[in-house]
Parts: sequence; C-alpha cells; structure tokens
Amino acid sequence: MSRNTHAAGAFDADPAVVRFDDVSMRYGRAPETLKDLTFSLAPGSFHFVTGASGAGKTSLLKLIFLAARPSKGLLHLFGQDVSAIAPREQPFLRRRIGVVYQEFKLLEHLSAFDNTALPLRIAGRKPESYRQDVAELLAWVGLRSRMHAMPATLAGGEKQRLAIARAVVNRPDILLADEPTGNVDHEMGLRILRLFVELNRLGTTILIATHDQDLVAASGMPVLHLDEGRLTQLGAGGEA
Amino acid sequence: MSEFDAERWRPAPFLPEADAKDGSLIFVVATLCFLACLTLLAVLAADRAARGWTGHLTNEATIIVRPKANETPDGAAARAAEALAGVPGVVEARALEKEKAEALIAPWLGDAADLEDLPIPRLVSVLLDPETPATGEALDRALKAQGLDAIVDDHSVWMKDIERAAGTARVIGGAVFALIAIAAGAVVAFATRAGLAARREVVEVLHLSGAEDGFIAGLFQIRFARMAATAGLFGAGAAAIMGAVLRFAGGGDGLTPVLPIAWIDLLAVAPAPLAAAAVAAVSARLTALALIRDMM
Ligand SMILES: Nc1ncnc2c1ncn2[C@@H]1O[C@H](COP(=O)(O)OP(=O)(O)OP(=O)(O)O)[C@@H](O)[C@H]1O
Ligand SMILES: [Mg+2]
Repeated sequence: MSRNTHAAGAFDADPAVVRFDDVSMRYGRAPETLKDLTFSLAPGSFHFVTGASGAGKTSLLKLIFLAARPSKGLLHLFGQDVSAIAPREQPFLRRRIGVVYQEFKLLEHLSAFDNTALPLRIAGRKPESYRQDVAELLAWVGLRSRMHAMPATLAGGEKQRLAIARAVVNRPDILLADEPTGNVDHEMGLRILRLFVELNRLGTTILIATHDQDLVAASGMPVLHLDEGRLTQLGAGGEA
Repeated sequence: MSEFDAERWRPAPFLPEADAKDGSLIFVVATLCFLACLTLLAVLAADRAARGWTGHLTNEATIIVRPKANETPDGAAARAAEALAGVPGVVEARALEKEKAEALIAPWLGDAADLEDLPIPRLVSVLLDPETPATGEALDRALKAQGLDAIVDDHSVWMKDIERAAGTARVIGGAVFALIAIAAGAVVAFATRAGLAARREVVEVLHLSGAEDGFIAGLFQIRFARMAATAGLFGAGAAAIMGAVLRFAGGGDGLTPVLPIAWIDLLAVAPAPLAAAAVAAVSARLTALALIRDMM
C-alpha cells in the first residue's frame, strides 16, 4: 500500500498509475493495431484485458512496459508523459513495472532462484538484503523444492509461477500479466488468481490480459475488452 | 537437489559462462599480441643497435691531411695531430702511419708500393671526449690556423643516416603496432556483435527489467576484457620466450650485433595483457552500446 501512496503522492497532479488519452499504436507501416484507446488505471486497481487472439492485448501491455511507443495520442505512466521521458530515466521507470510475459522470457542459463533475483540484482541490491525474501517468495508460489532447477526442467505451470515470482519480487507499483493462466489447468489458474488478489491487497495495481473467461468471472474484477484494437467495454473500476 | 540454502546462494553471472570460453577468439587475440610484442622487441633492438653505432661514431673523427708542396706527408700529418691535440674536447690525436693509409686505399688503388712518389694523403685519427666532444668546425679552425690543407670527417653524415634509419624503424614499428591494435579491436567488435546477437533474449530481459544500457554493455565489456587479458598473457609469454631464444642464439656474433636484444627488453612485453584488455574493453563497450540502442 505504501508504495502506491508514494507513487500517487509524488505526482499528485494525476493520481492514475496509467492513463491512455486517444492512444493508437502500429507496428512499422502496418495498419493500426490499437485504435484510439482512452482509459486509466487508478492506484491499487485490478483489471482484466480480454479479446480474441490478435485483438491487441499484448500490444496494449507493451505500451505500458515501454517496449512499444504510441503512434498517436498521449500515454502517461505514474503521471509522466512517456514521450517526454529521457532514455536514461526509462530503466528506473521499468523497475517499477513487473511483467509476466506471455512466453515467460525466463533466462535458460539461470536457476529458478537466480531468475527470480534478477530484478533485484539489476536494481543494485546486495544479495544479503534479499536472499531470504526470494526464498520465501518462491516457496509462496509453490516452488520451494525447485529453487535450484533450470527453467528447461520446469513444467509449464511451474515456469508460469516462476515468471510471476520474478515479476513481483521487486514490489512493483504495477503488475502486468499476459495470459498468466494459459499453460495451467483450472485448479492452478485459480491458485494464480488468488496470488494476484493477494498482491493487489498489498497495494499493487494489476492488469491481466487473458482469454480465460472463467478466470474473469471467478475474480469479479472489471474488464477492458478489445475488439480488433478498439476498446469496446470499460470496467467499472477503470472509468475513462 | 537437496534442501536449498539461501544463505549459501551466490549470484550467477548474467551472461552464460560457456560463451566466455571461445577458443578461436583467444587464439586470434593471442596471436595478435604475440606479433605486437615481437614488433616491440624488434624496435627496441633496432634502437639499441642505432645508439651503439652512433655512439662509436660520435667519439671519433678522421682528418685527411694533404701535404703542401714544401712539406712531407708525414710532417704535415704530425703537425695536424699536434694542432688537433690542443683543441678542447679532443682526448687524443694520432697520425696514422703511411702503411696504414696505404692499406686503407689499397682496395681501390692496388698495391701502392710502386707508387712511392704519389702524394698519398695521410690520416689523423682523433678520439673525442664523449662528454664534450669538439665540433667539426672547431677541428677545422685549428687546422686552418696552422695553414694545413685538411678535410675533417666528423662522421655526421653517417650518423644522420643511421639516425634516419633508426627513426624509420621506429615509425614503421609504431605503425605496425597501431595496425595490430586496431585489428585486435575489430576482432573484439566482431565477437561482441556475435555475442550480443547470440544472447539477444538475455539482453532483452535485462533491458526490460530495468537494466541501463551501460550496465548491459559492461557485462560484455568485462567478458571480452578478461578474455583479451588471458590471450595477451599467452601472446606476450610466447613473444618473451621467442626473445629469450634470440638472445641465447644470438650470442657474441650471432644475431646480437644486428638486433641486440637485452634481457631487460623482455620486460617490455609485460603490459601487453593490460593493453589487450584495454583495447578489448573499449571496443566491446562501444559496439555493445550501439547495438543495444539499435535493438531496443
Ligand atoms: N512485433 C510485431 N510486429 C508486427 N505485428 C505484430 C507484432 N506483434 C503483434 N503484431 C500484430 O498485432 C496484432 C495484435 O497482436 P497482439 O500480440 O497484441 O495480440 P493478442 O491480443 O495479444 O493476441 P493473443 O491472444 O494471441 O496473444 C496482431 O495482428 C499481430 O499480428
Ligand atoms: Mg498476446
């Protein structure tokens, strides 16, 4: 909770963690993948992004974790216009964003423990200060016995939970998860959802892209629905 | 895979260790270092040879005395030697005997014994004080004052030639050295590019996790600097062994007079691993930074 209060406090002109104003996005010269999106995410909110395959869910997340730029419109992150953020500032902004990638992006040459510790090392933390926390987090996501394991030896659901552990280990202000239940059965899907709800209670703003209607229904959280790159449904919590 | 002990955990390298064991790259950089060190040794030896030769020549001058009609050649030579001995900066002036003078010109004129009457010029050999040698002009003036017809050869023409040759050797050596350094830098740049392409996904994850470009470039920089230092150690070691062999084989009258390598010269290769590491570090960093900015 404290980190979000801090984030909001530092930019109190705009309390939203994420704000899209008429944002469009395209890959190269292709037609627009995302068209005229307008919405915002309040600190501590929990939203789903749904839509058919190819509707633009991953693209929307990419805009937020600074892997893509709007071709039109204004995107604010933590109250800052992303087009005005100096390149040298971007790494520090990225450290406040946790991402569970659709294809995990685990580093194959690093153990589960080392993969999880990665964001902390990048942030320049000393191992003594986080070793114990990383071990506890991995136990919390059910990987207590797999800390030494290399990603190649993990099952799909284990990889997914490892990716989640890495995304949350640095206590990000916002967590973006792309199909976090795509590789797991219904049971595991619900476990992962409980994990997100728990994180959200601790104050993290959460945005989950998914096909999984059961998951959305089970959570009862508001939905941003994409149809061919257009926003067609705004959740109650994410008022435009 | 027993119980995991977080207290004993040490962070693993961000880049896969296996990449660092690139044998062919180490071989190429080691070879370049070896060649650079040999160049360095050759330049040092050439410099020493040149200094040895000019050292001999600066300590000596030769005066050719042409007897005038009213004087015997020996008399003129003796007078010249006397006059020269009084010039400050001259240690000794000695008229060479007729036979020596004849011996010197024998190769050109054949046996001059039957040319008894030919007015063969006499030579006066002058030994100069190495600290404050008398100049050619001073010697000339002393001879003129005695009304002697003589030519002073203070070897300055030869010395200029030798100095020019030594200077050329230094410049060529420097150019070869620079060329090798640039080649080493290019090889490392090439390897960095390959390394980055092969580890694109690692670079991407680090980047997305908030690593600064300089931090990621630093990983490649350290890796290639280490590799180059190792290679430099091999290359410099091989060059030092080669130099030692030359020093031994050279002995008194082998290679030594031409390329006099001293044992102390072998120390000159010691900074090679550091130099190789520095070249590799700069090259890898610049290449990696440019590529990361392109990639992301
Ligand atoms: N790197 C890219 N270059 C070009 N086009 C892309 C790229 N990534 C995605 N696209 C295109 O953009 C559109 C939206 O893709 P996106 O990955 O955002 O969809 P998605 O909703 O995440 O789909 P899925 O549910 O299958 O993950 C698609 O038409 C896709 O082909
Ligand atoms: Mg997707």
